[in-house]
Amino acid sequence: MRPFEYARPDTEAEALEMLNDHGGNTAVLAGGTDLISLMKRELVTPDRVVDLKNVPSLSEIREEDGGVRIGSLVTLDEMQKHPLLNNYQSLRHVIDGIRAIQIQHMGTLGGDLCHLPNCWYFRSGYGLLAIERGVSLVEAGDNRYHAIFGNQGAAKFVSASRFAPGLVAWGARVEVIGPNPQQSESIPLEHFYITPKLSNQGVTVLKPGQLISHIWLPVARQQQSATYEVLQMEGLDWPLAAAASCVEIEGGVVQSAKIVMGHVAPTPIVATAAATILLGNALTVDAANLAADIAVSQATPLSNNGYKVQLARTAVKRSLLKAIGHPEGGI
Amino acid sequence: MAELSVAWGPREENKLIGTDVPRMEGVEKATGHAKYSADINTKGTAYCKLLTCKTGHARIAKLDVEEAKKVKGVLAVHVLQDVGDELFYDGQIIAAVAAERPDYAADGIRAIKLELEPLAHFVDEDDLKAAEALDAEHTEIVDDEKVVKEESAKLGHMVRVKPLADDKNGDVDAAVANAKAVHKGYYGIATISHMCLEPHGSHCEWTGDDSLLVHLSTQNVSGTAGQFAEPLGLDAANVEIVCNYIGGGFGSKFAAGEWGLACAELAKEIKRPVKLMLDRATELKSAGIRPSGFVEVTIAADEEGRITAWDSHHWGSSGLNGGTISPGVMPYVFTFENLNRRASGLVTNTGPQQAWRAPNHPQACAISQTAIADLADKLAMDSYDVFMKNLDQTPRADVYAEEMKIGAKLIDWKAKWHPSGADNGPVKQGLGMALHTWGGRSHAATCLLRVHPDGTVESIAGSQDIGTGTRTAIAIVVAETFGLPLSSVKVTIGSSKYPRSGPSGGSTTIGGVSGPNRRAAISALGKIFDLVAAKHNVDAGTLTAKDGKILSGGNEVCSWKQACGLIGAMPLEVMGEGPADDGLTSDGVGGVQMADVSVDTETGKVRINKFVAVQDCGLIVDLMTAKSQVYGAMIMGIAFALSEERIMDNKTGRYINTDLETYKLPRIGDIGELVVEMYQPDSEYARGVIGLGEPPVIAPGAAISNAVANALGVRVPVLPLTPQRVLEALKGGAA
Repeated sequence: MRPFEYARPDTEAEALEMLNDHGGNTAVLAGGTDLISLMKRELVTPDRVVDLKNVPSLSEIREEDGGVRIGSLVTLDEMQKHPLLNNYQSLRHVIDGIRAIQIQHMGTLGGDLCHLPNCWYFRSGYGLLAIERGVSLVEAGDNRYHAIFGNQGAAKFVSASRFAPGLVAWGARVEVIGPNPQQSESIPLEHFYITPKLSNQGVTVLKPGQLISHIWLPVARQQQSATYEVLQMEGLDWPLAAAASCVEIEGGVVQSAKIVMGHVAPTPIVATAAATILLGNALTVDAANLAADIAVSQATPLSNNGYKVQLARTAVKRSLLKAIGHPEGGI
Repeated sequence: MAELSVAWGPREENKLIGTDVPRMEGVEKATGHAKYSADINTKGTAYCKLLTCKTGHARIAKLDVEEAKKVKGVLAVHVLQDVGDELFYDGQIIAAVAAERPDYAADGIRAIKLELEPLAHFVDEDDLKAAEALDAEHTEIVDDEKVVKEESAKLGHMVRVKPLADDKNGDVDAAVANAKAVHKGYYGIATISHMCLEPHGSHCEWTGDDSLLVHLSTQNVSGTAGQFAEPLGLDAANVEIVCNYIGGGFGSKFAAGEWGLACAELAKEIKRPVKLMLDRATELKSAGIRPSGFVEVTIAADEEGRITAWDSHHWGSSGLNGGTISPGVMPYVFTFENLNRRASGLVTNTGPQQAWRAPNHPQACAISQTAIADLADKLAMDSYDVFMKNLDQTPRADVYAEEMKIGAKLIDWKAKWHPSGADNGPVKQGLGMALHTWGGRSHAATCLLRVHPDGTVESIAGSQDIGTGTRTAIAIVVAETFGLPLSSVKVTIGSSKYPRSGPSGGSTTIGGVSGPNRRAAISALGKIFDLVAAKHNVDAGTLTAKDGKILSGGNEVCSWKQACGLIGAMPLEVMGEGPADDGLTSDGVGGVQMADVSVDTETGKVRINKFVAVQDCGLIVDLMTAKSQVYGAMIMGIAFALSEERIMDNKTGRYINTDLETYKLPRIGDIGELVVEMYQPDSEYARGVIGLGEPPVIAPGAAISNAVANALGVRVPVLPLTPQRVLEALKGGAA
């Protein structure tokens, strides 16, 4: 790890100042569960690390505008216990799936949303797009964990966020602040992620000097939600594929539905057609199967990850069944 | 003179041998007081970082370390490769930098100017056809020998396929023609790395101009001094190797290693202690792998299920030397009358092999006993019955039969078994089994036993405890022999300055240490009995030592302490040696393992429900640590059966899963219910002590794969059985 300057602001405004008065080569430290690894591998080499843990406003969970506003520094452990999040089951499922108390205690919601891809070419120093002498290493090499959607361009990694599918399914928004202390905007999380076309682009709309301050969840009315992650290992492991569903059922039929797949593309993938097919019908096992088929029907697997289509399909089906309390099957 | 037999005492009289004794150093290890080589940090210690090759094959075009030497905090740069040298694999060490701090060493590495000329690499070790195609293109036969064409050699091409064996016994073709059932199958097992929790490495400190102290993470305390001495131009007598604790050694830690020598050289150059432990990625890439194996098998049986023929061709890679699983262990445990076996080694640009816990056996078991289970399916028979019917074609039929019966009862085989693929629903359950064999003879070793006049006892040897409980076993043997509590015996091991002991490999340590200690203790006891007999005027031949007392005909003559007081002012010292042909130790063990698994056919995930191991190993010194060995082996086996593998990227020629996120090892939730049953009738006790460390890690691959095949009705041919491989097999099976 290269030497760096450590800064610890007390307010959001101070945090933005410290991020921006330094020529831009700064990094935000939230829980640090991944930043430290990235710095050790010298994939991220900031001159200054701005530690947000001392900014109280970033660690609050409270009701706002009929929904719930969660500070980006709230830890997974705090989310797991908080009564205001009782009705957002899909988020709880994610925390249950992160089977390491160390990560649950240190990891933060904002950190998860900004987690850089786990693509092994990226992590080995070949860059986010992993292109060497004009050849996509992902395409030519081992892509067993890579994208099966949205992979026709240069980017073929998968979005690493565990919470994004569940939050997008709930219609969450993120508050982005900076670069100036006066600047703040609220963006639907669905529009937060981008697929980079060039190696100097990132994986989100965040510009240098910006950070996520809060995540806002709409009010939970009668919706039922679930996340289903396909995890190979029972310990700490990254999902091979995941899906989150959020459905509202009235009079025995689906009134609204949103299905979002994770770890299958450079961004979370909203399965609009699959959700639409459910509307006005009972959410039966057959309906879940049909939605799952539709969700993956446009998949474009690479040379060695065709199996992930089946996993994404299973995740969609099981997230729908799990949301309504139907036994989802599996082990 | 008391003439005492060294033979182990009657089993029913043992107070310690064969009981559950927690390991003596457990508290030190659990509380962090145990100092491993990686923990040694004497005053002035400098830290190292390594520059390694980051491509599959290349030639060094430029290597300039002058700038690195000028970097702040850098003390010295040690170069292991020169301009013009070929680098043959990702992870190969090029240079080491010693610096005041680890980050300065990293700065030094970054300042090294390295330019590589890329050369052709090949890492696709399961693809025999690809390797043969490369040879067809790039080699020619000269004087009956396959050599690389001149132009191809310039590009880095190498001979990729080496024929290793082609044995024929009996008449396989006739046996296959006459068989009731014939099965043809493909099986494989991926390469894994040693992955020691404490990486390979050392702390080297020159204690004088010509004397070196090495804290080495080693399985070979007594045998490594010379490996440092010779290349460094030292007298072996002036090198001391110390290893009190080791964080994992499975057969890869017998040598000084190029990193060990580099550490010593750097320490000499800067006249300060230097610590060089491999980083995790280099540990995985360069510190040793277990070779892969892939096989095409034809196996045949008569209508009774008796196997009549075997024909196999296997290949795989151990890296640059082009080895694979030894043909001698194919098919595994069984020897059939009609038997053809062929092997080809693939030369790949991958890190070197090191003997991995029961070398060759786990892979051979995984790619041959799977074929037996598939043959059982073809015969429409329970695989248990087919294994049982063929035990007479193994070396220890009676013991395996008994162990199979015990295992079947523990896992409830007969009630749970169903024909393969018979379950409905997306989650399917299945049973599988496999059996294994191992030697476990004693290595050559000595010990110094010292009985002090105050009655305390010391055993000293240049052995090592690689986590198996060696200290505890030594203490049990000595304490049992003297009729003392365990706490009366102090065990000192871990330095090459102590009496020579053997390397801990091949499951030879338990016999290696228990024989010499028993012999030395019996000899010392005889001397003490003589002193007691003279003092108390009793017949030495009537004396026994029990419960801290010396008894004659059941009556106390004196306490142990009083008896030792007769030794005089100086302690009594006796050397113990081994092995000896006195029945204390022997070799040859076996075991049977049975797995009950569930498979999620919609995700390809495999869950271990219950996993049973029945294991024999002769006389058991410490039941608790023996069972711990089996538990640990089963978990290690679950790893390579379900998730652990080296992943080589064909495109870059690199080992791309060299961290613990992607080099997937099981956690508690992955291992299911483990049941260990030590098979220990009196007939086993009578065999004496036999090593146990390796055998229980052999069968898990085949047993779990067989259980998955029984669940699915489809064989997932290659281990580990990842969701990807399971789903791909299901897709293929349905097509």
